[in-house]
Amino acid sequence: MTSSLTLRAALVSVLLLAVFLLIWQGATAGFGAGGTGVPSGMDPEYAKLMGLTATTGKSALPSPVEVGAGLWNVLTDPFYDKGPNDKGVGLQLAYSLGRVLIGYGIAVLVAIPLGFLIGMSALMSKALDPFIQVLKPISPLAWMPLALYTIKDSGISAVFVIFICSVWPMLLNTAFGVASVRKEWLNVARTLEVGPFKRAFTVILPAAAPTILTGMRISIGIAWLVIVAAEMLVGGTGIGYFVWNEWNNLSITNVIIAILVIGVMGMLLDQMLAFVARLVTFPE
Amino acid sequence: MSEPRYVSIEGISRRFQAAGGRTTTVFDDLWFSMSKGEFACIIGHSGCGKTTVLNILSGLDRPDDGAVVVDGTAIEGPALDRAVIFQSHALLPWLTVLGNVAYAVSSRHKRWSRAQVRDHAMRFIEVVGLKGSENKRPSELSGGMKQRVGIARALSIEPKMLLMDEPFSALDALTRGTLQDEVRRICLETGQTVFMITHDVDEAIYLADRIVLMTNGPNATIAEIVQNPLPRERRRLDIHKQADFYAVRNHLIDFLVERSKTFKDQRPAGYDHRHPPVVRPTAAPQPSPDGDKRAA
Ligand SMILES: Nc1ncnc2c1ncn2[C@@H]1O[C@H](COP(=O)(O)OP(=O)(O)OP(=O)(O)O)[C@@H](O)[C@H]1O
Ligand SMILES: [Mg+2]
Repeated sequence: MTSSLTLRAALVSVLLLAVFLLIWQGATAGFGAGGTGVPSGMDPEYAKLMGLTATTGKSALPSPVEVGAGLWNVLTDPFYDKGPNDKGVGLQLAYSLGRVLIGYGIAVLVAIPLGFLIGMSALMSKALDPFIQVLKPISPLAWMPLALYTIKDSGISAVFVIFICSVWPMLLNTAFGVASVRKEWLNVARTLEVGPFKRAFTVILPAAAPTILTGMRISIGIAWLVIVAAEMLVGGTGIGYFVWNEWNNLSITNVIIAILVIGVMGMLLDQMLAFVARLVTFPE
Repeated sequence: MSEPRYVSIEGISRRFQAAGGRTTTVFDDLWFSMSKGEFACIIGHSGCGKTTVLNILSGLDRPDDGAVVVDGTAIEGPALDRAVIFQSHALLPWLTVLGNVAYAVSSRHKRWSRAQVRDHAMRFIEVVGLKGSENKRPSELSGGMKQRVGIARALSIEPKMLLMDEPFSALDALTRGTLQDEVRRICLETGQTVFMITHDVDEAIYLADRIVLMTNGPNATIAEIVQNPLPRERRRLDIHKQADFYAVRNHLIDFLVERSKTFKDQRPAGYDHRHPPVVRPTAAPQPSPDGDKRAA
């Protein structure tokens, strides 16, 4: 009967999607009829500001069919490169993914050992706590000007912002996971005269792994949220820059495609870590 | 005492910080020694400090005063020659049965090959009757099976001494009985020196050579040491038919119900922390608790 639940859920999902697309199609068709111009009663100045007079039809919200066609074009040739302002979505996505993976990777290398230290040493935990408490709530984008000023490279600055936003959840979760390893498991290792190094790898790491993975999963989610905003700020390349650029080009179709791609990529990243989390989880 | 002392608890006390900056003394000035191959049980009410004594014996905890000497050297910390069977079995849940036992074996024999470790671990998994379940995770085992893994893990490092904290208390009567039999057989065969905490009077009588009675805490002391009058050859099924069985049993229960509370205020004349009274309850003539002869 559980399979029938999955089946029914899938059916409802498809139905909801169909309804959504239908409403979307209907709404945009309405726009199309309203046509080439300014909705009646709108201040012409405001209409100009909104871009409604600049283009005809195309500026209106694209229909799902148009988006579908655009998506097809994108998927068939995602990696073309025709200069700085015309790169394929796939290429832009690869830039963003690269920045996220580098920033996130460095954050993993910093947060997990530091989290171990904080979790194992009450002294370090107390000593570092004020710094963490102050640094953690800072919006990662607030670091951007400082990063740009000191690093002087927009790409590396974006990587730094990703690092700084993904380090905290991992750090705190690692510290918490390490600090709450069951005393009896540590006592087992102690009575077996297991050295501190081997103990860290054979008892503390496996015991804390599920908690650490939770932190890593939160972090990758935040990093993927932040990269879009960061790239909008620094410009140049990346999916965030792409969205902003297409908005400036008034290509709403491409904006919608980019939004879809961002969502799917974020889901894939999360699912990958969820998979690893399942591997290290143990039933008690 | 003429017998050579293998384990010697010498005047240990343990104090903890209580709320409000005061300290509570859990137990004070305990003296007790064991000879090699002896099976001792300790009985006392909850909170009197039995686990704390066991932790000090294992080296996981340290006394505030006094020392414990094992085989001529004072305990400095946990060591592989004293294996602990934890009350909560303390298996590592991410390892299989074999993994848990092998973890102990490879800690003991650091140079052994994988195959050697595996064979050795399998031998002890067989001893506790878990062959066939070696690839299961602890979460797939029943309480009794988990406890067996804990026993196999402790035995696999072939320690000089076994420390057991209420190893059977969480089990049903049937499983408990079987495991008691197995542990007794293994300990007799290998000549283990065993220190075991229990709440179960019958278990103590079946397993122990001597039973240590602890008064209620705080400031707990050893009230007396009961020598088990039953012959070493005994069987669980007909132990209650032994002549002295009820004499010991009544003595122990009487202590737990009555004297563990009142002992502090009614210490027998000449009570000495270093040499607590030794009694040997037998069927007849019924000895009175404080009129006993001191054992040599
Ligand atoms: N780490 C600790 N800090 C403070 N007090 C402690 C600590 N460990 C034990 N105690 C206290 O010491 C006393 C003895 O504890 P212990 O666990 O040794 O009792 P026990 O005899 O094993 O009891 P039980 O039969 O319930 O297991 C208790 O009153 C307990 O509150
Ligand atoms: Mg206890």
